[in-house]
Amino acid sequence: MSLENSVGNVAPQRFCRNAPLALKGGGQLPSFELVYETYGTLNAARSNAVLVCHALSGSHHVAGTYADKPNSVGWWDNLVGPGKPLDTNKFFVIGVNNLGGCYGSTGPLSINPETGKRYGADFPLVTVEDWVAAQACLADDLGIDTWAAVIGGSLGGMQAIEWSLEFPERIRHAIAIASAPKLSAQNIAFNEVARQAILSDPDFHGGHYAEHGVVPTRGLRLARMIGHITYLSDDQMDEKFGRNLRNGEHSFSYGVDFEVESYLRYQGDKFAGFFDANTYLLTTKALDYFDPAYAYGGDLAAAFARARASFLVASFTTDWRFSPARSREIVFALMHNRRRVAYAEIDCDAGHDSFLLDDAHYHAVLRAYLENIKV
Amino acid sequence: MTPIRPRGAPLTPLTAKERERFDFAVIAHWIPEGEHVLDLGCGDGRLLRYLNESKRITGYGVEIAHESVLGCIRNGVDVIQIDIEGGLSGFEDRSFSHAIISQALQAMHSTERILNEMLRVADEAIVSFPNFAYRVNREAIASGHMPVSEDLPYEWYDTPNVRFFTIADFEALCDKLGIAVRERLAFDAFGQPVTDDPNLNGSLAFYRLGRA
Repeated sequence: MSLENSVGNVAPQRFCRNAPLALKGGGQLPSFELVYETYGTLNAARSNAVLVCHALSGSHHVAGTYADKPNSVGWWDNLVGPGKPLDTNKFFVIGVNNLGGCYGSTGPLSINPETGKRYGADFPLVTVEDWVAAQACLADDLGIDTWAAVIGGSLGGMQAIEWSLEFPERIRHAIAIASAPKLSAQNIAFNEVARQAILSDPDFHGGHYAEHGVVPTRGLRLARMIGHITYLSDDQMDEKFGRNLRNGEHSFSYGVDFEVESYLRYQGDKFAGFFDANTYLLTTKALDYFDPAYAYGGDLAAAFARARASFLVASFTTDWRFSPARSREIVFALMHNRRRVAYAEIDCDAGHDSFLLDDAHYHAVLRAYLENIKV
Repeated sequence: MTPIRPRGAPLTPLTAKERERFDFAVIAHWIPEGEHVLDLGCGDGRLLRYLNESKRITGYGVEIAHESVLGCIRNGVDVIQIDIEGGLSGFEDRSFSHAIISQALQAMHSTERILNEMLRVADEAIVSFPNFAYRVNREAIASGHMPVSEDLPYEWYDTPNVRFFTIADFEALCDKLGIAVRERLAFDAFGQPVTDDPNLNGSLAFYRLGRA
């Protein structure tokens, strides 16, 4: 981790909106809060703001470190900072925890003003559209009329796409990495298995586990293990773990024999220790429901007709969760509408997770694109 | 087309840079202002940038090489990274006025498929390539060696070229594929237009193609 190009110590901020937000799935939130961080300085013309959207398990803590926690480096710190591809000397970068999240924005862990208790399972299912609408409220509050760019990987890329469709005049560049215009049946299937793991955990209690003083740890753990398998490539798993044994010999038991088992258990345990099960559930549903072409009879090109932004679309050759073919669907829909789009298909052996890594060519592509954005 | 050098200028072969500018100028000459084009094997996007700056022509480049894609993005050129050897599936029929392959067809395997695809996605195709039957190349072969020249600047062991063809060969293939040659220009290594026996005297060939 290069500390010299770090944004340094950062602190989250809080945006409160005391007006109702109508939700796509029906109903509304009477008010809401978003926790966010900013890096760099908003210029006088307010033309250099970049929104970073997080994926399933990400947060508003994109870059830098919390002073009291030296290991709390932001999840996209390799990208964001002075002199880094998303250069905070040029851009004013904002990371925001989405609605329904578990890092401080209004979500299942928040107190429901109507009951005085935690929302838990009563928190409404929010969609990518709702997230973008909430982000737009934050942009209004910060005096940002138009984003220089909205960038995200995976589910974050979907938000960048949605920005270009929901607020075409408020986004100049959309950067969608390892993303897709909608989930495939296989994607939804993985999400459903993950959800069932949580829903069938005896500690789930219909989502009101907090009232019972428990957490559906086993379900969350399984959900994360399944997720992790899909984020990595077969080759990378082979390279990383192969058939390596944890203790040098077969134990002929259900304990940990292989390194890969150990890895998955570790990742599952770690995740279950901090992530909220209800947030996991609703976020996977937001992923499943995202489909801008749905309202256009499945015609993605028609859905993109209203987009005005220039796009950078990037995918990774070994990503089978959101494969390059899914990114190309976005590209062809944009080309149909003669929108500006550059598409890079990056050789990286790390599967879906590649978008979080600092592969030299990948970062060079992002740097080149971001350098050409006028502010 | 006006020659790149005035008549009477000393006759030295065009440098790589002159040749590129020449190539661009010939192609630009064939595309009306403001059209929408596809440039296959676009390199770092210099042709598209030239077309945009000189004639407000928009469009996309297609490249497979990572460094070239990066070059396009640096140049602010819209590039789509796919392997055109597999065809142009996903590109809609007649969605471009012109599909261009500038000095790249000889480096691609699926010649027939690419030519057919170009005329599926565009109304016209523009193709430029080095003519392997150019007199100087024939002389090299006659003397026992593969040709190396300004227009064929590679040794046999490091050439990216995989298809070695001549003006005569190319026209025969167009005929076989039902492709009409709407216009042909040939130039010698000095950038002078050639009308007399272009298959012998032309070093670079340019074609404007349509469906027969």
